This record gives sequence, C-alpha cells and structure tokens, in this order.
Amino acid sequence: MWRYVARRVALTGLMLFGLICITFTVSNIAPSDPAALAAGPDATRDMVATIRREYGLDRPLPEQFIRYVTGVVQGDLGRSIVSTRPVTQDLARFFPATLELVVLSMLLGVGLGVPLGMMSAVLKNTAPDHLTRFAAVSLVALPAFWFGILLQLFFSVWLEWLPTSGRLEVATAPPPFVTGMYLFDSLFAGQFNTFSQALAHAALPALVLSFPCLASILRVNRAEMIEVLSADYITAARAHGIARLRVICVHALRNAMLPTLAMIGLRWGWMLGSTVLVETVFDWPGIGLYAVSSAIAGDFKPVMGVTLLIGLNFMVINLIVDLLYGVLDPRLRNAP
Amino acid sequence: MTPLLDIRDWRLAFDGFEGRAQVLDGINLTVMPGETIGIVGETGCGKSVLARSVARLVDMPPGRILGGSIHFDGQDVMAMNGAALARLRGHGIAMIFQDPMTYLNPVFSIGAQMVDVIRAHDRASGQRPRNSAAARKKAADLLGSMRLPEPAGMLDRYPHELSGGMRQRVLIAMALIGTPRLLIADEPTTALDVTIQAQVLRLIAELVAMHALTLMLISHDLGVIGALCRRVVVMYAGTIVEDGEATTVFANPRHPYTRGLLAAVPDLEKPQHRAQPIPGQIPNLLSPPSGCRFHPRCALAVEQCTRDKPVMRDVAGRSVACHLAEHA
Repeated sequence: MWRYVARRVALTGLMLFGLICITFTVSNIAPSDPAALAAGPDATRDMVATIRREYGLDRPLPEQFIRYVTGVVQGDLGRSIVSTRPVTQDLARFFPATLELVVLSMLLGVGLGVPLGMMSAVLKNTAPDHLTRFAAVSLVALPAFWFGILLQLFFSVWLEWLPTSGRLEVATAPPPFVTGMYLFDSLFAGQFNTFSQALAHAALPALVLSFPCLASILRVNRAEMIEVLSADYITAARAHGIARLRVICVHALRNAMLPTLAMIGLRWGWMLGSTVLVETVFDWPGIGLYAVSSAIAGDFKPVMGVTLLIGLNFMVINLIVDLLYGVLDPRLRNAP
Repeated sequence: MTPLLDIRDWRLAFDGFEGRAQVLDGINLTVMPGETIGIVGETGCGKSVLARSVARLVDMPPGRILGGSIHFDGQDVMAMNGAALARLRGHGIAMIFQDPMTYLNPVFSIGAQMVDVIRAHDRASGQRPRNSAAARKKAADLLGSMRLPEPAGMLDRYPHELSGGMRQRVLIAMALIGTPRLLIADEPTTALDVTIQAQVLRLIAELVAMHALTLMLISHDLGVIGALCRRVVVMYAGTIVEDGEATTVFANPRHPYTRGLLAAVPDLEKPQHRAQPIPGQIPNLLSPPSGCRFHPRCALAVEQCTRDKPVMRDVAGRSVACHLAEHA
C-alpha cells in the first residue's frame, strides 16, 4: 500500500515536470512580448529592454527554463508582470476562492447526484426517472453564463433572497486567514454571521458550477445501480430477507460507487479548470478570472502557475480516488 | 395437515421487446411439510422462475402475473406486505443458488454479510437486533457447523479469497440463519467440481435431516435429484408434465418427455447403450406450441396432442399430463 502511494507520488512529480515543459514551451512560442506589453504602448526601446532584463527574458530559453524549474522546486513560480507580485502570492489569494466554489459544487453534485441516480435506477422507466434524466440533460446543455444570469435575476433581483455577486458584503471584513476559504475560516473564527453571508454569496455560483457535474454523476450512478441491482448477489440478499432499502443503499450502492468515484475525480479537475465563466458572471475573485486576464495581457508566469496548480490538484484528487477504490473494493487492495 | 406450499394454477409471463413470453403456464404444486421434492427439466423450462416466484423474487415488471395463487403455510404470498415478506424470506423460505461465485457480494467480508442477515432476522422476528459481537459469534458457529475450517478467521475474508465449495458452504450457512422451513436449492452444485458436488450434496442432505427441512431441489441432473429427493416433478416449457415418487417415476416414466430425459443420461453400466438426446429444441415461449407443449418433439404425438392441452391425471401411481399416458 505505502509502496503504491510512493510510486504514485513519484509519478505525479514526473507528470508535473511534463506539464511544466508543455506550459513553458507554449508560453514561449506564443507570438507576444510580455515585456513590451508590460511597458505599455508609449514605452521606449530602452524601457522595454530594461523590463526584459529585469524579468530575465533576455536570457537564452534553456537558461530561462532551468531557472523556472529551479524556482518551481523551491516554491517560486515567478512574478506576474501585470500585478508585479509573486505568482504564489496571487495564487494564495485567488485559489482558495475557487477551491471553495469547487468544493461546494462537488458536495452539491455528489449529494444530489448520487441519491437522484439511485432513485432513478430503482424507479427505472417510470415518470420520476424520465423527469430526472430530462432535467439532467437540460442542466448539462444550459450554458453556465446564461443560466447564472437567469438565477441571478430570479433569486437576487426578483425574490431578493441572495446577493448577486462577490464573496461578502462590501462592508464585511473577511475572516482571519487560515485557508483563504471564507466558509471554513469564518467557522474556524466563530464568526457565524460572516459564515452565513459567505454561504449566501457562494450558493448561486456553486449551484451553477455544480450542474454539469451533478448531471454526469447522476447518469453514471443510475447506469451502474441498474446493473448492480440485477446482480445475483442482490437477488441473494433479498432472498435472505434483508430489507429493500438496505439492499439498495448498502449492498448495491457500494458496488455502484466505483465508477461514480472515477467520475467524481475527473469532474473535480474539469471544474477547477472551468470556473472562469461562473467567476465572471458572479464577480467571484478566483483563479479562473486571474488566469484569463493574465493570458489576455500576455503575462505567462501566472498562466503557468495556475496550470501547474490545477494539474497538481487533479493528480492529487485522482490519487485519492484510486486509494478510495481500494477501500471500497477489497479485490483491488492487493493489486499493484 | 395444511400443505407448506400450495401453488394453484400459477401463470407468469415476462414482457420484453419481442412480446410476452409465458414462462409458467398453469403450475399446480402442493408440498407437504417434510417432503423432499426435486424439480427437473431442461434449461429454460421455468424451474428457477418457479422457485423465485415462491419467495416473490421475480421483478414486476418485466414479470407479470397472469393468474393463480401461491400460499405458504396458509398465507397468500402475493398479498404479503413488507414485514410479512421479511419474515417469509429467510424465516419461512431460504434459498441457495447455482453459482456461488456471483451470489456473494464482492465488496463485503463474509462476516459483514452474515451479520447483516442475522440482524435482519432478529428484526423480522420482532427482537432487537443483537450487537455485532454476538452476531459474529453466531456467524462463526454456523460456519463451523458447515465444516468450514477456522470459522472465526473466515469472517474477515472476502468472497474472492474463497474457493467455490467454500463459498457455497457460506451461502448455505446464510440460508440457515433464519431457521427456515422450506429450503429451495436452485442448482446448488452445477457450478462446482464433481468431488465438491458430492460433499455439498451430503451437507445438504444432513442439514435437511437434522433440521427437518422441507427441500425443494432444482436441477437438470437426475442423479442429484435421485440422491436427495423422494418426490420428483418434471417440468417442460413452463408446465409440469409428471409428478410422483422418484422411484416410481424413474423406474417407469409415463410422460414421453420424462422417458426422453432418462434416456439422455449415459449409463456407465451399459456402455453399449449410447445416451439418446431428445430431438428438436425447447419451444419459443413467445409463441408456444398449441395443445401439448411437447408435441413437436414427441415421437408418439397424435392429432389430439396438437389440439388439446393435456391435464394432470393420476396414472400408475403418479400424476402425468399426457393424452397417451395409459398406453405408454
């Protein structure tokens, strides 16, 4: 088991290196000059050259690459030309906001998707099943920016139940920094007022972000439950007199959770990389907005940093998923 | 004495894309307490579906009841509510199945699965479910009485770590948890090696004798039925064609299908007699043959067989559904 984890961690390192190579190459063949962009349209050649020297952009590419990699290993992702702050500092500010959204969305996606999938499977080909599946397809098909605006109109403008944008009211100070996720930090500091405010702000964006994830989890879980429910051991469990609810929720669900778990892992990575639309609609200061505005400005260090961070996150989540496989299914425990 | 199991004119169909297949057509079967009854027939003749309808394990849909009734110990099985059904399954009727590989849940340990059943039975009999230590103790005792080695250690093992014979013993132990009155064994040895088959059959025979169980053994193997059952019921294409004492039926079969089944068994003592297969194939139940369902394959069939459905009649000490039973 620990050997397996060690091997996976080593493999993760290798994959991250690959990721660095790709992002570095792409950043450098992109036809834009970060130094010129940073210097502004009225800058003289000398000013641009100064900036280029300052950021080490005048060095040969291999040297820049080695510098960057050494930096990454030491936890230095370079400096953003636009914000002039170190990328790690920016990420520490923006990433928790996105992570908060993604965690909340994932909780919604799993918490609704799994039970709805189970219900759909048990009531296969009845009205509730058709309705659930129709809703699921619709949720995937609706574009996030459009649906987000619709929800804003309904819940924030008409009903005035929820705020339209941001993470907190303007007048409210953020809770003391622990993780940067306001929901967690406010609870940690015992500021329940701030917590409920943060929750109200996060509700709509998390809901919109969770829909595609919810729908795919629902569909995978439904398909898998239908298959498992027709398995021989389910017939046997029923013949042994075990109550129907327990057969479905314990005996069948644990078998059906394996593919659902894989879907959760994939969706996690997908959500981290696709928050930008939701962040734009709800004015949520996360890494999606940060990455896109940096890319538009031709500021590549932040883009590379965000890519690495999402990549690392994706790999860690999938390692956890693989380890959970072993917890759920004893047949996989001794596998190499 | 009231019969333990009373099946009357039981007719069951499955609805599918191609139409409705009537897999059980007017089954009448009465089983008295303490009987050992073997149900024999080709694959697809409806013997497993019959066994599953008794414990109400046929899913509806795709299953559909066209008529008839099933009473267990005087109670209408089809009218049972959740609590009565929980008592029926395991307490009244227990089942063991064909393929022990697939009838144990792969992701739970043997102990967890047994404890679950033990506690379900506590609940069904109106007691507070015993705690997990007591349930594990009972599970280990049961496994020990199945002559499984190291029963306590067995509890923490998973199905994939056991051999087929061990798994079947675990399944038998699970079936006996609720001290059932009727044990339905659906092809319990078909998936096992021949040597293991003999052991498992002997175990079943001992348990039937020890607990005074009523046994309903389903098999396509006449030898298995002859070894364990006093009464035999022969099924063909969703109907019962012959029903009587095993010795009587085997010595002097009256239905042409029973004769065909017996002739298809190779006889080691008379090697010059080659086993005779029954010509033709089992009928498509989407459009079953008219009259006697066996007539297209029957060498003796006359015009009446294609027209009239034969009813069960007492002939020569057993019941048989054949127009020509007296002449055979």
